[in-house]
Amino acid sequence: MKKRYTISVFTEDMVGLLNRVTIVFTRRKINIESIAASDSEVKDIHRYTIVVTETEDTVQKVTLQLEKQVEVIKAVYHQDDEVIYQEIALFKVPTSILLQGGDAEHIVRSHHARVLSVETQFTVIEKTGHKEETQKLFDELEPFGILEFVRSGRVAITKPMRTLTSIVNELENT
Amino acid sequence: MSGAQAVVHSLLKEGVDLIFGYPGGAIMPVYDALYDYENELKHILVRHEQGATHAAQGYARASGKVGVCLATSGPGATNLITGIADAQIDSTPLVCITGQVASPLLGTDAFQETDVIGISMPVTKWNYQVTRASEIPGAIAKAFYIAKTGKPGPVLVDITKDAQFEMLNFDYKPFTGMRSYVTCPSIDLSKIQEAASMINAAKRPLVLFGQGVILSGAEREFKDFIEKAELPSAWTIMGLSALDSNHYLNVGMLGMHGNYAPNKLTNECDVLIAVGMRFDDRVTGDLSRYAKQAKVIHMEIDPAELDKNVKTDVAILGDAKVSLIALTEQLGKKEHKEWLQEFRKLEFDEFNEVVKSELNPSQGELTMGEVIRSVNDHTGGTAIMVTDVGQHQMVSCRYAKFKQSRSLITSGGLGTMGFCLPAAIGAKFAKPQREVVAVIGDGGFQMTIQELGTIFQTKIPVKIVVLNNEFLGMVRQWQELFFDKRYASTTMINPDFQKIVEGYDIKTKKVTERKQLNRAVQEMLDFDGAFFLEVKVGKENNVFPMIPTGASVSEIRLK
Repeated sequence: MKKRYTISVFTEDMVGLLNRVTIVFTRRKINIESIAASDSEVKDIHRYTIVVTETEDTVQKVTLQLEKQVEVIKAVYHQDDEVIYQEIALFKVPTSILLQGGDAEHIVRSHHARVLSVETQFTVIEKTGHKEETQKLFDELEPFGILEFVRSGRVAITKPMRTLTSIVNELENT
Repeated sequence: MSGAQAVVHSLLKEGVDLIFGYPGGAIMPVYDALYDYENELKHILVRHEQGATHAAQGYARASGKVGVCLATSGPGATNLITGIADAQIDSTPLVCITGQVASPLLGTDAFQETDVIGISMPVTKWNYQVTRASEIPGAIAKAFYIAKTGKPGPVLVDITKDAQFEMLNFDYKPFTGMRSYVTCPSIDLSKIQEAASMINAAKRPLVLFGQGVILSGAEREFKDFIEKAELPSAWTIMGLSALDSNHYLNVGMLGMHGNYAPNKLTNECDVLIAVGMRFDDRVTGDLSRYAKQAKVIHMEIDPAELDKNVKTDVAILGDAKVSLIALTEQLGKKEHKEWLQEFRKLEFDEFNEVVKSELNPSQGELTMGEVIRSVNDHTGGTAIMVTDVGQHQMVSCRYAKFKQSRSLITSGGLGTMGFCLPAAIGAKFAKPQREVVAVIGDGGFQMTIQELGTIFQTKIPVKIVVLNNEFLGMVRQWQELFFDKRYASTTMINPDFQKIVEGYDIKTKKVTERKQLNRAVQEMLDFDGAFFLEVKVGKENNVFPMIPTGASVSEIRLK
């Protein structure tokens, strides 16, 4: 059965490595739903957070293929309930819909969204949360007219307590 | 020194004395540097860059050393890709060095610019673009380390032309390892124990071995292992020659055109022990009906291969040699006489139905099998046989008998037609004291026929046997069996090969009748120099046995 998995890939800091990582997915025609690249808590180790919907068997094999890449230090996968994750969405809406008072303002308030910037013509609203939450705000604001919308890839922290430092120490001492 | 000189010095530091390549604009500084080192670092000028990769593969496979090739940017680099892909899937250690346009021109669609890093990424174990001369020694040291350690494979280092001209202070340090790359995982002794009890309790054990045995240099350890517990052992074509063909526990070839007994009995064994092989689909047939009755032990160095195709009961991660030594120690001495008898019985069926008429036909057209057997007999099984891809490849693997390891070089995983001729050249350069016989079909011969020029120029004495059936035989066989004999584009109208080869001043001979065969083979082997032997074989002969696509190994057909 297909489920949503978060794959965390820890790599050396190398040009072109992201391409090597994504090739593992594209070669198997697996759609990457979201991808986020960032630093990790360990100096010089990069971290990709990749979300896919696949069977566990496929995800397991993909994770091994990722780890097989020479400059990938570690790759792990988790189900949604094993990670704390978040996404951020930005909405550009006409300022006029908020000035009118009433519904639009109420929607923004009830979603605990933040207003980042107010200009004469438009206002930028930020909402962090799971995709379902940012999507809900999108759906509710859409009738008022959304001028621009963007959602980030998922970033995730894993619940298991094994630290990256301990993994790196182990690899460096073998 | 210059970056280009640093390339040459780095190669020398890695112990390289032979490279295969083809010059061009973006690699000219390196060629210029090579000019001063003709004696220390010999360069073989091939006739097409694909030939350089296959020659380097043949060199690596025959010697166990890293094969090195050199090419220019753009088309030079893209022409390497087929050979690199072949080396990747067959775990052959290669270092490919390509020239690249000067770094300020990167991404500008400059003349002969191509993104070879991007293009080669899916088919290399590692690749890297150098834009500064100071990076060259480090990049080449790392390239060699990655190519030859762990599961070997091809790497590519792309060097911009300005980096080749730039000056640096040369200081070479061999690469010793990196935290993100485990070359030889340590053995889990509890798994060894578990596997040993399983084998000790087995009534009908079957061992499958692949190239992993050869790559880890574990031929002797493997023999000790199977002899101790009397384990019948079957091979993949990549594992062929790791065990003496005449060893009483060698039960033959696995897979689509393999032997009847090991395929049939894969589905009757109680413990299946795979050593350094990866359960390729050409070996397993339908996976859902593959060895379901058996407990599976898999010894493998690449974690990504474990449980990839066949679910294991005991997975032993690690180098084959280390694992085999540990495992053999835990085995009890055993005999499996009755079980071995079952192999002999099926072998007899195969002999009567297939082998007899293939090897000893009394009339009709020449068969590929009798040619292979004649070559094999006349060399006493001591030659290195290099094959191309297709019917002749399956026949060579089935009927040639080998006494020593690294004697069969073939394109296994990728099935690259055109592999043979350049690979044979590379093998002969690696092992000049051994006889090297290239066995090629008339189709594959014409895919890299230009490498006759390399033979002509270098006078490398390879023996070439072309089995000419005027068809793309394997595809034709499938058309006959599965496409109602609709021979779409498989008929070959061939040129006069004799005339072509004579143009390269290579001695030739053509055999069209059975009675000429043995004498011609002897003449080829006696001749001091390269020799081309063309044999007209039956046009519509088929290779049997056969496991049709989608069938189970136990459904192997004798006709």
